[in-house]
Amino acid sequence: MGTAVRSHPLEAADFVANDSRMHWHDKALWFVRAKRDKAAASVPEWEQLREAASQIKLHTLSRLPEYLEEFERNATRLGAVVHWARDAEDHNRIVLEILKKHGIRRIVKSKSMLTEECHLNPHLEKNGIEVVDTDLGERIVQFRNEPPSHIVLPAIHIKKEEVGELFHDRLGTEKGASDPTYLTEAARGHLRDKFMNAEAGMTGVNFAVAETGGVVVCTNEGNADLGVSLPRIHIACMGIEKLVPRTQDLAVFTRLLARSATGQPITTYTSHFHGPIPGGELHIVLVDNGRSQFRESEEYRSSLKCIRCGACLNTCPIFRRSGGHSYHAVIPGPIGSVLAPLREPKKYYSLPYACSLCGSCSDVCPVKIPLHQMLLTWRGDLAAQKALPWTKRAMMKCGSLVLRNTWMYTLAGKLARTFMPWMPRWTLYNPLNAWGKHREVPSFPPHSFRELYRKRQQKNHGR
Amino acid sequence: MADNSRQAILDQLRRTTLEPVALPDLRGPWTTSDDPRRQFAEVLAAVGGRAITVGSLAEVNAELEKIPAYQNARQICSRVAGIARANVDLDAAGDPHDLEKVDFFIAPGEFGVAENAAVWVTDESIKHRVLYFLTQHLALVVPARELVSNMHEAYQRVKLGQRQFGLFLSGPSKTADIEQSLVIGAHGARSLTAFLVES
Repeated sequence: MGTAVRSHPLEAADFVANDSRMHWHDKALWFVRAKRDKAAASVPEWEQLREAASQIKLHTLSRLPEYLEEFERNATRLGAVVHWARDAEDHNRIVLEILKKHGIRRIVKSKSMLTEECHLNPHLEKNGIEVVDTDLGERIVQFRNEPPSHIVLPAIHIKKEEVGELFHDRLGTEKGASDPTYLTEAARGHLRDKFMNAEAGMTGVNFAVAETGGVVVCTNEGNADLGVSLPRIHIACMGIEKLVPRTQDLAVFTRLLARSATGQPITTYTSHFHGPIPGGELHIVLVDNGRSQFRESEEYRSSLKCIRCGACLNTCPIFRRSGGHSYHAVIPGPIGSVLAPLREPKKYYSLPYACSLCGSCSDVCPVKIPLHQMLLTWRGDLAAQKALPWTKRAMMKCGSLVLRNTWMYTLAGKLARTFMPWMPRWTLYNPLNAWGKHREVPSFPPHSFRELYRKRQQKNHGR
Repeated sequence: MADNSRQAILDQLRRTTLEPVALPDLRGPWTTSDDPRRQFAEVLAAVGGRAITVGSLAEVNAELEKIPAYQNARQICSRVAGIARANVDLDAAGDPHDLEKVDFFIAPGEFGVAENAAVWVTDESIKHRVLYFLTQHLALVVPARELVSNMHEAYQRVKLGQRQFGLFLSGPSKTADIEQSLVIGAHGARSLTAFLVES
């Protein structure tokens, strides 16, 4: 697979070059993280809920084919049309066929990471269909021709002044205006018009219930509901891992999702769709696109438990200081760094290294995915798969050799202490040494710890 | 083609048998609320809405008249009996788009949830479900005794699948997509008032 993207450190370097902006981004996300902590602490049985959520997801994965069939049966009984898509191409074809069948030219969409994964929008646009993302953050990044930089807060990397300028160009808001209330109001007016004229509405799916055959969609803005309650046609696209067996399971997930995502007790709208709107159509597209293979992996299977709350992004010290776009993946942050190499290890080899192994992501994950452990496992796997560039492999080999052999380690230390203080500065601080970019090596001591220790022991014994 | 995909996905999934994992027992005990009415009102205020307790349905009219958005509303639609100023006939609207100009919608809520101020509403008796989202302002009328503590109790009450549409609605529409600044009234209702009716 391709090796086209720049590594995470290179991409992140662009982001951190603007120091004040980096700190602004860091703070904005930490604010969300703090709200999450408060919300989680307000629920005494939080840990019990996390454990239950994890078990429900693992159970569902263990019996996924049976639950998918049960879901299909029930959804069909309620009048929905269930489609199966093996990959992104399949998915995009199915959606386009539904739209074409009805001669539809204009659709509104609410947030769906799955359709991002499948690159649905460009496919539909290429076929002459106007696609309007209706979540405010998504509309902003759509105007900018950018992917979302965060799975819950798509425009978290953009300043209000920039939104003001963008809206001035696109929506005719006053020049220089940057008040969020004013800008949101302008978007409301603009998007109401799109809602009123849409011929079909598309949504993602947060949860699908096998025993009832319904899908659940959670938003704060109400855009998903507006989008699928005015037109007659609703297309809901979901990864096959979104299933839960029972209605009761929704209690666990609705208690965890918004609290983990933004610190709210629940999203404003938690909508349950069972069958089509009277006189309309409900299409549910079940998408595999690699998931059935990920499920076979002992090491990474539990990444399919993810409910896309974004808590691991908000808490990650690397994400907060490097921005979502530096990952160059559909889903950034810790969970994205686990998922992306599953698809294209060579392309995304650098993502498991965009991690200090601090473990905070695993601590906040509402479904208990051991994210930092997976990232560590990836590093070994990527090396074994020879997915790392030769420079990194060679460095690792050298490092390993020196650290495994006492005499080499001792010799290397001795040589460094003896010669480095006399060497010209560029021998240490050059483009080959990434560690020297923002750090000064402490001055070399005349003796190593082991030499000092040996001396001390001799002295003590001598006494 | 479509059938092929279905079979291919199921075959791939069945290729690997995973170790069985038991479904957890969700009977709890879960934390319950000492004072659901107080908690509901506090949480609703925190998410940008407002709860008003009234003795009887008759008092709802008087309380509505105190709300500026209601005073200024031109088009008012109600699915609660006895709302004096209702002037939009939902049954007469053939197409949901006809409801674009509704300013204020008063709807019955089946029950509320204390832990998150969500109210369960469905498309029962609402001909066009879009009204929950299209109206500029929304009021829900909920019997005060119909409050549950948490989502576990809530999902025991809902009969999913019996209605095409069911919704837990907590507060007014909101967004924080521009620099994390909370703005009330993104696409849906700009305000949400919940009337808790005692009798």
